[in-house]
Amino acid sequence: MFELIGIPPQALFGQLLIGLINGAFYAMLSLGLAVIFGLLNIINFTHGAQYMMGAFVAYLCLTHLGLGYWGALIVAPILVGAFGILLERTMLHRLYKLDHLYGLLLTFGIALIVEGFFRHLYGSSGLPYAIPAELRGGYNLGFMFLPTYRAWVVVASVIVCFGTWFVIERTRLGAYLRAATENPTLVQAFGINVPRMITLTYGFGVALAAFAGVMAAPIYQVSPLMGANLIIVVFAVVVIGGMGSIMGAIVTGFALGVVEGLTKVFYPEASNTVIFVIMAIVLTIKPAGLFGRTA
Amino acid sequence: MKLKQALLAGAASVLFAGGASAQISGDVVKLGILNDQSSLYADITGQGSVAAARMAVEDFGGTVNGKKIEIVFADHQNKPDVGSNVARQWYDRDGVDAIVDVPTSSVALAIAAVSKEKNKAFLNSGAASSDLTGKSCQTTTVHWTYDTIALSKGTGGAVVKAGGDSWYFLTADYAFGHALERDTGDVVKAAGGKVLGQVRHPLNTSDFSSFLLQAQASKAKVVGLANAGGDTINSIKQASEFGIVAGGQKLAGLLVFVNDIHALGLQTAQGLQLTEAFYWDQNDETRAFSTRFEAIMKKKPSMIQAGVYGVVLHYLKAIKEVNSDEGEKVVAQMKKMPANDFMTKNAVLREDGRLVRDMYLFEVKKPSESKGPWDYYKPIRTIPGNEAYRPLKDGGCPFVKG
Amino acid sequence: MDRATRITFLAMLVVLAVAPFVLYPIFLMKVLCFALFACAFNLLVGYVGLLSFGHAAFFGSAGYVTAYTVKMWGLPPELGILLGAATGAGLGLVIGWLAIRRQGIYFAMITLALSQIVFFYALQAPWTGGEDGIQSVPRGHLFGLIDLHDPMAMYFTVAAIFVLGFLFVYRVIHSPFGQVLKAIRENEPRAISLGYETDRYKLLAFVLSATLAGLAGGTKSLVFQLASLTDVQWQMSGEVVLMTLVGGLGTIFGPIVGAAVIVTMQNYLAEFGSWVTIIQGFIFVVCVLTFRRGIVGEIIGRFGPKGAAPTGGGH
Repeated sequence: MFELIGIPPQALFGQLLIGLINGAFYAMLSLGLAVIFGLLNIINFTHGAQYMMGAFVAYLCLTHLGLGYWGALIVAPILVGAFGILLERTMLHRLYKLDHLYGLLLTFGIALIVEGFFRHLYGSSGLPYAIPAELRGGYNLGFMFLPTYRAWVVVASVIVCFGTWFVIERTRLGAYLRAATENPTLVQAFGINVPRMITLTYGFGVALAAFAGVMAAPIYQVSPLMGANLIIVVFAVVVIGGMGSIMGAIVTGFALGVVEGLTKVFYPEASNTVIFVIMAIVLTIKPAGLFGRTA
Repeated sequence: MKLKQALLAGAASVLFAGGASAQISGDVVKLGILNDQSSLYADITGQGSVAAARMAVEDFGGTVNGKKIEIVFADHQNKPDVGSNVARQWYDRDGVDAIVDVPTSSVALAIAAVSKEKNKAFLNSGAASSDLTGKSCQTTTVHWTYDTIALSKGTGGAVVKAGGDSWYFLTADYAFGHALERDTGDVVKAAGGKVLGQVRHPLNTSDFSSFLLQAQASKAKVVGLANAGGDTINSIKQASEFGIVAGGQKLAGLLVFVNDIHALGLQTAQGLQLTEAFYWDQNDETRAFSTRFEAIMKKKPSMIQAGVYGVVLHYLKAIKEVNSDEGEKVVAQMKKMPANDFMTKNAVLREDGRLVRDMYLFEVKKPSESKGPWDYYKPIRTIPGNEAYRPLKDGGCPFVKG
Repeated sequence: MDRATRITFLAMLVVLAVAPFVLYPIFLMKVLCFALFACAFNLLVGYVGLLSFGHAAFFGSAGYVTAYTVKMWGLPPELGILLGAATGAGLGLVIGWLAIRRQGIYFAMITLALSQIVFFYALQAPWTGGEDGIQSVPRGHLFGLIDLHDPMAMYFTVAAIFVLGFLFVYRVIHSPFGQVLKAIRENEPRAISLGYETDRYKLLAFVLSATLAGLAGGTKSLVFQLASLTDVQWQMSGEVVLMTLVGGLGTIFGPIVGAAVIVTMQNYLAEFGSWVTIIQGFIFVVCVLTFRRGIVGEIIGRFGPKGAAPTGGGH
């Protein structure tokens, strides 16, 4: 049996697959950020908190209403998305004429409130959420044991990501969206309600985060701080990909998950920082990001 | 000019404070319970420790030599800076005489230093680091309930004896994890086993899958979890998801508390071997204490909370003898008296501040063996204190002679 | 200095001299360290318009270097603090060089991401003590003479460092260099067309800000005799943004007021645990939505001469 720099190929394939699973979460979250940024020009710092809310809605549905995983997968994005729409209507829309930095600060503040609130109610140690019965167990792939649930995460996120891409890049609705990004006044003049479109877009981006949160609940523990650290990694993913393109966000998300997975094999100490280091390198070579258009 | 006056005023206030502490300062004995009230360790310390301390004060009679005993508490959020800040304020402004509990080794080390500086007693039940009575020992520190060495000796030794002679470590990448890995590795090797390797994971990792795959690929018989709290819970859960245990490898949790088992559930945790200083269902005395505790807290006490009761009681007995609340004096007296309470039998508080107590090796029951909630452990072995703890001379504590 | 500034400055000196006899000195020193940190931060965000979300990296790593050199090498405190500031400068040069390639939100995200590298380094490197941090740092004798273990001596040392730092920031802002910075904030393309190499100005401002943040961080580690992860965590970067925002972006005294308000709040609400986070978030939201000029900005806007108030954002 041959070995690659001291790593048996089974382990390598296994790590690649696991990297892909983590990449699925990066992709879903950075996709949501990119969609929101595209239309609102706001970096949504609350994204991590909204991801966490998605997981909590799933947890609360199960413990209080007896509503299981599949129900939560639909209910959580709707509820958290509605929460997002409320935020946009009451607060965010007042800031569109100001420096974009105020949007960042506002969403940061909201993230603190939401996370503090959940920590106050549920403490900061994690709460367990069981894998749905249909997805327990796993497949022995020869080179590794793949839990069914993780396979489902990859498949589902690929579907969601490419579905979003298709809607935005290939449908009429998406065309309006893209046009509104470029020139909102003109699109308004065509009789399209741009403010409502902005609101719904924000709601959709937030719903994506909540969807990712429900997907994450059975793998990671449901905890108030689960999104706080993830969001910074996702920011770096977004900077690397460049925020100009939806496809860029998706591809970068998956790719960086894989890179991170490989780092865990070759040099695990750096697995926390590798994405940030890549970001620094990309910035020196291509400041606008891999898929970004130079502004 | 102004600076000079300020300096003089400052110096004078220090002198004044120094002269006033011949007896019980402020005519009250004030205990500060400093622990995690909101996060990772809130379940095993937190309000439960406060309740245990109150029980001890109540059992002692509420006063010592006619002076009232008061209890205050605060949250150190597992951050050394927050903890030492609270400690300074307590000692400087609020007249606190001793700080109790303090889980999280980093905070405990900080509080040990501050307490020494202010000559106050530091009664630790919650922290694991053996450095507290080793190279960072202080004459004002008491380390009451357990430490990393006792845990690794207990669990590591027992697992090797049961045939688990090749180990792979899953280690939290910081000082505490490294210490636990090192201490356990030594025990494993001393018992004739070997360590095949280790992987270091960042603290508070949510995804252990890639580290578990490496552990799996090592083909070691035992995967040693040199981590704590949420990290341990997550790694045990994901190990079951990835079929580690089903594939024939055994998990050894090096720092696992009964509350962790409660959170994991027996289905996931069964078969795990672990070392503790106390389990509620050991004998009539432990059951009586636990019933009282449960009436207040609605759950069984952890060994840390039980330990808080013991250390507070012992401290008050010492104050009664020396009629002073100066840290060094009281702790010196505590070392002279054998410690006795419902979970501690004639244990000796050593010169370095380590209480040498018996430890117990348990195995987590199968779901079918458990009679209900909190019926989790079956006893395997009692480890005598002298075997469980590091010999006095090996600790490297500077003020221990010989 | 104009008259109002001069009077305020003198009043501040008086408060600094009297305060330790009334209030708990360690609390005051904490306020001063954060006030200096916020002033350093304000230099960048208030006068160049660059919002850094990674300033904890300079503050925290300087604390580590000061603590380490004083404790392990036995350096005198003044040298330790200077080395801390130098660490801030060096890191500022590297991070600044990368970050000024992008503006606005990107700049904020990049500084945040780069500061995470510093955080993970501090978590994993052996010399920083990981979770334990560097503890029991001796305060030593200032210039070999004054024993800093005396709280009053330490207090007046910190106060002196703070005043010097403050005057330095004031000087920078009112120098020709400071004028160029403001020109960049208002309209960068125009500044470029006037022949200024704006990137170089921005980088220098970034390094100065990082140096002062390092000065504050190094001092804090001596006050608390501890360098820990709290000070390199990104939450700390958020806190300094909040302090400056509450006090008033782009005002001289704003960061000081903001630091005093936030540290006081944290101190008195410490027992309520997670409520501190909730209230901080709430203050953020209120400030951004209705109170963008901050406390000092509002005061100047109401009572000061016309046009003196900072614009409070909006391009």
